[in-house]
Amino acid sequence: MSDAAAMTYREACKQAIRDALLADPKCFLMGEDVGRYGGCYAVTKGLLEEFGEERIRDTPLSESAYVGAGIGAAMAGMRPIVEIMTVNFSLLALDQIVNNAATIPHMSGGQFAVPLVIRMATGAGRRVAAQHSHSLEGWYAHIPGLRILAPAVIEDARWMLAAALADPNPVLIFEHVMLYNMEDALDPAVAEVDIAHAKCRRDGRDVTLIGYGNGLLKALAAADLLEADGIAAEVIDLRVLRPLDTATILASVAKTRRVVIVDEGWKSGSLAAEIGMRIAEDGFFDLDAPLRRVCGREVPMPYAPHLEDAALPQPADIAAAARGLVRGR
Amino acid sequence: MNTRIRLDHDHLHHLLRQMVRIRHFEAKCVELYQAQKIFGFLHLYDGEEAVSVGVMEALGAEDAIVATYREHGQAIARGVAMDRLMAEMLGKQEGCCRGRGGSMHIFDRATRFYGGNAIVGGGLPLAIGVALGDKMQGKKALTACFFGDGAVEEGEFHESMNLAEVWQLPVLFVCENNLYSMGMAVERAESETNIARKAAAYRMPGVAVDGMDVVAVEAAAREAVERIRADGGPQFLECRTYRFRAHSMFDSQAYRSKDEIETWRRKGPIARFEGWLRESGLAREEDVARVEAEADAEIDAAVAFAEAGTPEPVEELERFVTMDQVPS
Repeated sequence: MSDAAAMTYREACKQAIRDALLADPKCFLMGEDVGRYGGCYAVTKGLLEEFGEERIRDTPLSESAYVGAGIGAAMAGMRPIVEIMTVNFSLLALDQIVNNAATIPHMSGGQFAVPLVIRMATGAGRRVAAQHSHSLEGWYAHIPGLRILAPAVIEDARWMLAAALADPNPVLIFEHVMLYNMEDALDPAVAEVDIAHAKCRRDGRDVTLIGYGNGLLKALAAADLLEADGIAAEVIDLRVLRPLDTATILASVAKTRRVVIVDEGWKSGSLAAEIGMRIAEDGFFDLDAPLRRVCGREVPMPYAPHLEDAALPQPADIAAAARGLVRGR
Repeated sequence: MNTRIRLDHDHLHHLLRQMVRIRHFEAKCVELYQAQKIFGFLHLYDGEEAVSVGVMEALGAEDAIVATYREHGQAIARGVAMDRLMAEMLGKQEGCCRGRGGSMHIFDRATRFYGGNAIVGGGLPLAIGVALGDKMQGKKALTACFFGDGAVEEGEFHESMNLAEVWQLPVLFVCENNLYSMGMAVERAESETNIARKAAAYRMPGVAVDGMDVVAVEAAAREAVERIRADGGPQFLECRTYRFRAHSMFDSQAYRSKDEIETWRRKGPIARFEGWLRESGLAREEDVARVEAEADAEIDAAVAFAEAGTPEPVEELERFVTMDQVPS
C-alpha cells in the first residue's frame, strides 16, 4: 500500500465534486444552499468561490423544480449533480425521480438518456426526530432505471461520484449523515472504484453480516464483539443497493452458511427483505441456520436519545443475532 | 419587433392543413381504438388544434418542446413523422418509442420533442431543465412547455414558473386552458381563474389569447418568442380553448352541459378559420377538399405503415431500462 493520507468523508465528497467540475465543463452542481452557505453539511464549502454561480447554483426550496431541471438539463446534454439536502426532502421530488428520471430512457424507446447524479444525505442518529431521520434508500432501490449507491468508506465517498457521472443513467448517491465526520486513510494508489459490486470488508468463516452506509460500520463493530467470543464474522458492504450484487452475497453465504442482514430502514418491505429473499431463492441449500435481520424498529424516529438509540440497529443487537445463529454449530 | 404573420395564401393554407392533419389523424385514432388496435387511454385534442399549430409556427428547429399526455397535436404540428407516430399508437417496433410510450408519451429526438408527459404538471420542471441545459451550452434555443389548466393547480407549476424567472430561462409557458382538468371546472379549482394574471406574481410577462383563433395564437406566440430571444427570460401565454370530447375516450360529461359544448363547437378553430378563409376569398371549397384529401392520404399511409409494423420482440422488454450510452 502506498502512503495513505487521512481524509474525512465530507472532504472526500467535496474533492469528488471538485474533480468532476474540473474534468467536465458540462458538469455543474445545484441544490439548496450549496453555494453561499457552503452546503448544509459543509460538503460544498468553497466551491462557489472556485467555480462561480453559473456552475454552483443555489436553488429555491423547490425540490421538484430543481430535480426536474436536472433531468431536463441532462437530457439536453449537461451532466448535472443535483444535491437534495436530505432524503426527507427528496419526497417532494419523488414525482420527478420516479416518473421522469427512471422512466424516460425506456419510455422514449432509448431516444433519451438521463445522465444525472442526485446526491443526498440520509439516515438517523442526529437526534432530529421523525421528519429528518428517514432511511428511504430502500424505496429508491425498488425502482428500475435507477442506480442506487451508498458509500460507507472514505474511498467510496471519494471515487463513487466519478463513476456515477460516467454512467449514462440516473444515479442516486446516499451519504449517511453520521459518516461526514468520519476520518480514515485514503490509499493514494486508488483513483477509481466500480459501482457494480458489493465488497467484502472483513473476512470470516462463521457468519456473514451484510450492511451498507452506517449499518456497515455497525456490522464491523459487531464483528469486533463477536471476535472476542471466538466467532469470525465476514462483513459485506453492499455499496450498490440497485442493482444488487447478488453473486457476492451468495458467495459469502456459501462460505459461512449463516447470515445477518443489517438495515437501518424499517423491516417491513425493506431492502433487507429483498436480500433475504434472494438468498432464500438462490442460496437456500447453503444455509445452516435461518436468515436473520436486524432492522430499524417500526416507529417514526423519536427525538429522545435513548429512544432513538433503541429504534436503531446497534452493534450489540447485530452480535446477538449472529451468536444466535452460530450457537449449537 | 417583427411579429407580423405572413397572411399570404400559402401560409394560411398551411395553417389549415396542419389543423386538419391533427383533426383527421385523431378521428382515425378513434376508429382504431374502437377496433381495439389502440389501447389504454386516448386523450383527444379535438377543439384545441389552433393552440399547438399557432405556437409551433413561432418556433425554430433548434427549439425544444415539452408537452402533456394530450399531445398528438403538438407532435404533428412539430413535424414528428406521422407514420412513426401512428406506429407508436399501435404499439409497434417502428413507433417513435418502439411501443413503450404510446399515446401519452410521444418522444422524438429528431424534432427535439421531449415528451408527452402523463403526470399533470410533471413536464414543467423538465422543460426549465432543457432550457437551462441549452442556455448553459450557449445554444440560442428556447423551450416551449405546453400544459393544461389542471397543471396550474399543481405545485410544480409554481415552482417552475418561479425558477424560470429567477434564473431567466428561455421558456415559453403555454397554458392550454380548456376550462376543465378532467371533470373539475377551473372556477371550482382556482381562486384566480384568470390564469395569465398568475404570471405577474412571478414578474413574468403573461398574456391571454383566444385559443380558438389560430392566427391570434400564432401572432401572440411570435411576439412572446421574439421577446424571449431578445431578453432571454421566460414568457407566459394562456390560450383559452375548449375540449370538444371526453377527457379520455369516454366519460359521462356530467361536469358540463350539452349546450355549453355546442356553443364552443360553433367557435371551433377549424370551422372558424375555414369559414373566414372562404368569406375572404382566400380559399374555395375545392381548396379545403384538397387539404382534407391530402391529409387523409397521409393518414392512410401512416396507418398502412403502422399496421405492417412488427411487434417489438418480448426479448427486448428490458432494453432501455438502463442505457449503455448517452445517445448523441
